[in-house]
Amino acid sequence: MTEPAIGRLETHLRARRDGGRKLLVPYVTGGITPLWTELLRAMVAAGADAIEVGIPFSDPVMDGPTIQEASLRALERGTTPATILADLRAVAADVDVPLVAMPYFNLVFRAGPERFAAEAVAAGISGVIIPDVPLEELGEWEPAATAAGLETVLLASPITLDDRLAELCQRSQGFVYGVNLMGVTGERAAVGEQAGALARRLKRVTDKPVIMGFGVSSADHARAVAAEADGVAVGSAIMRRVLDGAPVEATAMFVAELRAALDAG
Amino acid sequence: MSDPGPADLGPADLGPVDPVAVMGEPDASGRFGRFGGRFIPETLVAACGELDTAFRGAWADAGFRAELDGLLRDYVGRPSPVTECHRLSEAIGVRVLLKREDLNHTGSHKINNVLGQALLTRRMGKQRVVAETGAGQHGVASATAAALLGLDCVVYMGEVDMERQALNVFRMRLLGAEVRPASSGTRTLKDAINEAMRDWVATVESTHYLLGSVMGPHPYPWLVRELQRVIGDEARAQCRALLGGADPDVVVACVGGGSNAAGIFSGFADLPTVDLVGAEPAGGAAVGRGVPGVVHGSKSFLMQDEFGQVREAESISAGLDYPGVGPEHAHLADTGRVRYEAVTDEEVLDAFVALSRTEGIIPALEPAHALALVLRERAALAGRTVLLNMSGRGDKDVAQVSDILGPDAGASRRLHQ
Ligand SMILES: Cc1ncc(COP(=O)(O)O)c(C=O)c1O
Repeated sequence: MTEPAIGRLETHLRARRDGGRKLLVPYVTGGITPLWTELLRAMVAAGADAIEVGIPFSDPVMDGPTIQEASLRALERGTTPATILADLRAVAADVDVPLVAMPYFNLVFRAGPERFAAEAVAAGISGVIIPDVPLEELGEWEPAATAAGLETVLLASPITLDDRLAELCQRSQGFVYGVNLMGVTGERAAVGEQAGALARRLKRVTDKPVIMGFGVSSADHARAVAAEADGVAVGSAIMRRVLDGAPVEATAMFVAELRAALDAG
Repeated sequence: MSDPGPADLGPADLGPVDPVAVMGEPDASGRFGRFGGRFIPETLVAACGELDTAFRGAWADAGFRAELDGLLRDYVGRPSPVTECHRLSEAIGVRVLLKREDLNHTGSHKINNVLGQALLTRRMGKQRVVAETGAGQHGVASATAAALLGLDCVVYMGEVDMERQALNVFRMRLLGAEVRPASSGTRTLKDAINEAMRDWVATVESTHYLLGSVMGPHPYPWLVRELQRVIGDEARAQCRALLGGADPDVVVACVGGGSNAAGIFSGFADLPTVDLVGAEPAGGAAVGRGVPGVVHGSKSFLMQDEFGQVREAESISAGLDYPGVGPEHAHLADTGRVRYEAVTDEEVLDAFVALSRTEGIIPALEPAHALALVLRERAALAGRTVLLNMSGRGDKDVAQVSDILGPDAGASRRLHQ
């Protein structure tokens, strides 16, 4: 039942979007608990359309306190890119949505981009987001990704200028990741005004799925942000529950609430 | 994932070195050879571009240069003198000259960079700066410049360093800066940089990141080196005056991020007869370990584990306690133009005592690394003239060293013949 990895992420997300569904992309820090792949499966069952798998890094400059803490805990458990990929290989057969890995670039660079890409594909990963590789440095990674058949998702920020936004949408694969706000990941009381403005600008220049992330902390946030885009990514709100010791079922319940809010529109 | 992989290539074969080309401008992608670049989140790309444009404009603007030169003269006290160390030279058989950055206002070379960037902040129409600090020297210099120019200043400092350097925390607060603890990760300099970058991602439209060394994304490594170039330019002329038109045989400096070293080396890099040597702490020798990596915006040498997780540096000197090094230094090591050596904490303490007792100059622990290397290599250096960048004064380190040396105050640490 595994489809070829090439273009799988975008094909899958487009099909679901074009079927009238708002997309939900939850995030989990790989290796955060011994049972993290259980959580991954439960999130799929709760209605995720793709899953982001964070590869923990010692210096996550784009992440706020929750994902920093999650990364640290995962590293303290002895998590490495290799253990995450091994865990994923073990569940790949029963995960029927695409997986998107999120490493920081040094983890890729240290392994060697070709090897990182090949091993990611072998573990069933379809796409990769590297938050510290902007357009200017894409040449360091993209050739290896393309050769391996991995889709590289690019991030757009509220202050990305129009010309650049168009180029970025053109080069992004799988989907375009719109950053809702100026700042790092983390829960917020409100997502803010910039999310809608960026989503509208992105939708004007691209037909690729537009997923908005950062700061989405509740079902209400998810519905409001998704109204202007094709879907939302949710990270810290999920990882805080995990850090607080919530059982897998309770965290999955939160994902199901997000799903219901998106479906209700 | 345990075999080292292609990131572990040794020094590239770059052919013969063109001495004039070294320490010029990086290429359009901000690279010095295979190092440098701009590995940053999309949110910061525009600000780095804006900074690059602003700096080019300012550096070509005689008015900006005159204002900066005026501050360096009347506020910092430049030019800093070159002092000949007669007693030390006689004791070790090497003629040692010191470039006295320790005599600058605020006590180190950091102020040269800070004043330039503070003026740039104003030129870009920004009212707030964020800075990182380890020992507190760059934080104090930033707080000073912010007070002078009326800017808001937030300094991030690792929680561990805030305890170790409580007096500098007070100084920054006294100068009107807000000091915020970096409580994540190892709670030291690298985490303070992480926090400053996280602040900047959220505030970039109104805030300038006042980076303290020749690291970070392009244009910082180049911009900071240009602002520190004044050390090398002055020293070259001062040495010629002192040495009857000749140049020193060797120029030596300590290397943390690498700004004081880049500053003094840039005045001599085009002189093939002058050997350039950088002294790294043994516990933080990023160049010495020679493994490339990417953190805090650029590709350089980086202390890390086999998977790419950044390792903690360990040094007696908080100012050199950084697991990376500026990308231009990685390139200068690649080309062979600069030789980098690691010195131990014990050697540093010997040097700290030796300079205090023979010259009446208490060095900061950072430049004591450079002197430690000269002392170690004194047989090979016999009869030669060495210019050493005395990047800062030792006042900030006296409490720490007194705990280590005790009431004997180093009397038993005689220079060994
Ligand atoms: C006196 C002094 N020298 C050197 C350094 C190291 O920095 P760099 O390698 O950028 O000169 C510091 C940093 O705090 C310092 O205070």
